[in-house]
Order: sequence, then C-alpha cells, then structure tokens
Amino acid sequence: MDIVISILLLMGGVLVLVGSIGLVKMPDFFMRLHGPTKATTLGMACLLFAAMAHYSQYGDGLSLKEILISLFLLITAPISGYMLIKSAIHHRIDSTDKTTGKDKIEED
Amino acid sequence: MRLEAKYKWLPTPFRSLLLFSVWLLLNNTVALGHVILGIVLAIVIPLITHPFRTKQPLVVRPFRALRHLMLVLYDILTANIEVAIKILGPTKKLKPGFVKVPLDLHEAMPITILASTVSLTPGTVSAEVYPWPETLEGEQADCQKYLLIHVLDLDDEQTLIETIKSRYEAPLKEIFEC
Repeated sequence: MDIVISILLLMGGVLVLVGSIGLVKMPDFFMRLHGPTKATTLGMACLLFAAMAHYSQYGDGLSLKEILISLFLLITAPISGYMLIKSAIHHRIDSTDKTTGKDKIEED
Repeated sequence: MRLEAKYKWLPTPFRSLLLFSVWLLLNNTVALGHVILGIVLAIVIPLITHPFRTKQPLVVRPFRALRHLMLVLYDILTANIEVAIKILGPTKKLKPGFVKVPLDLHEAMPITILASTVSLTPGTVSAEVYPWPETLEGEQADCQKYLLIHVLDLDDEQTLIETIKSRYEAPLKEIFEC
C-alpha cells in the first residue's frame, strides 16, 4: 500500500510541476493557460487519491471527502480558465505571431 | 435526472439527493445526527432557492450521461499526458491557433458542459461563445452559436471540429434531447 501511495504522490508532484513549467516556458498568454487547466487537474487528482488511500489505511475508517475536492476542482478549473481567456481577449492581449485564425476573434 | 417533482415540498428531488450526499461526504460520517441534519438541509435549501432558478433542460438519459462521464474522465487522463509531453517538448514546434466550432446546442446548460469538457480535454481551451447572449433578443436566442477555442497544437482544423462535434457534442445532445 505504501508503494502505491508513494507512486501516486510522485506522479501528482511531477504533473503539477510540468503544469508550472508550462506556465513559465510558453511564449504567450493563451498557450500558458493550457498547462494549469490540464496537467494540473490530473496532478491534483493523483495527490487526492494518495491522500484518500493514506487516510483510509492509517486514519480511522474510509475517507471519502477527497472525492468532493476533486469534483469541485473539475468544476472550477475550466470556469477560471474561461474567465482568464475571456478577459485576455477583452484586453486584446497579443498572441505569438504564428497563431492561426486570429481573425476569428470578434471585436466587442 | 428524470426525477419529476411529485410533491410540492420536494421541488427538485435529484438536487436534494445531491445535497444530502455532499453533506455526508463533507462531514465524512454516517452518524445519525448528521443524517437527520442532512435530510433537513436537503429539503429546506431547494425549497428556498427553487424560485430563483431558471429552468434547465432535464437529463433524459442518465445512463448515457454516466457513459459519457466515463469517456470524458478517460479523455482527461490521456489529454493530461499529451499536454505534459507537448509542454516538455520543444516550444517552437507547436502551432497554436484559434478555431471556431459551430454548435448544434442551444440551451445554456449543455453549452456550459461542452465548454468545460473542451477546456479539460485535448489541448484546447474554450474562449468565447458567439454571438454574445446579451446582444440577442427574444426569438433570436435560437440562432446558430459558435464556440471559440484556443488550440495548443493545431494540426488540422476540420478534423478537430469533427472530433469535438462527434465525441463530445453528440452525446450531450442525446443526453439532454435538444
């Protein structure tokens, strides 16, 4: 059981790290959004599953509230991403030159 | 869910059930006191909030919805790994782009779900829904809507649109039957 928990923790840590690397490495705002909205969701899920396994094993009884946390994360992550990208479009933040289909953005 | 309101004191049975289970999960217990408190909350909260809510389309095929949820969860898993590889790979090779997806859905709730699944899955983030709902009046609300998405690595626009439409939108149309 300990091995499973450790593997889950490691995977979660690596995925969250990759998401953060994406945040630093990408050239423009829109591409930066991809890391935190995706890689981080799975990373958090891994960490929460590890927590669930740990407390079910060593705490008292089954621990299920982590399911709720992941549920709320799944609901809020796309919404916050959407709000960020919407305000970026509103402020006409520039994307990198090779971005295709910029003309599809409508003026408001 | 297809749980019609049978009694006046229970306007939204499914939401009550959800509230009840969330309450028990939050407290992480099935002690009698919390079960009773959960039942009371599950009846009182929908009664108070019911008048404020706008009507949303019912889920008419719950089992189809469950299958769709499983598919989306699986896609989140693969998309995460895919995006992680793309982030770690050379940045110069990526071809970012905006894509406009024409929508067959009309109601707000299914569109929100579609936009969220698009954000969570394959290298795409949904950006806007056109035209803006504020600028529409009455009958115009049924006009053709577009979802603007930003793609991290765009290979072929047409295939991407096809994938989104067949993989995510068609099941939603079946589930809500609209």
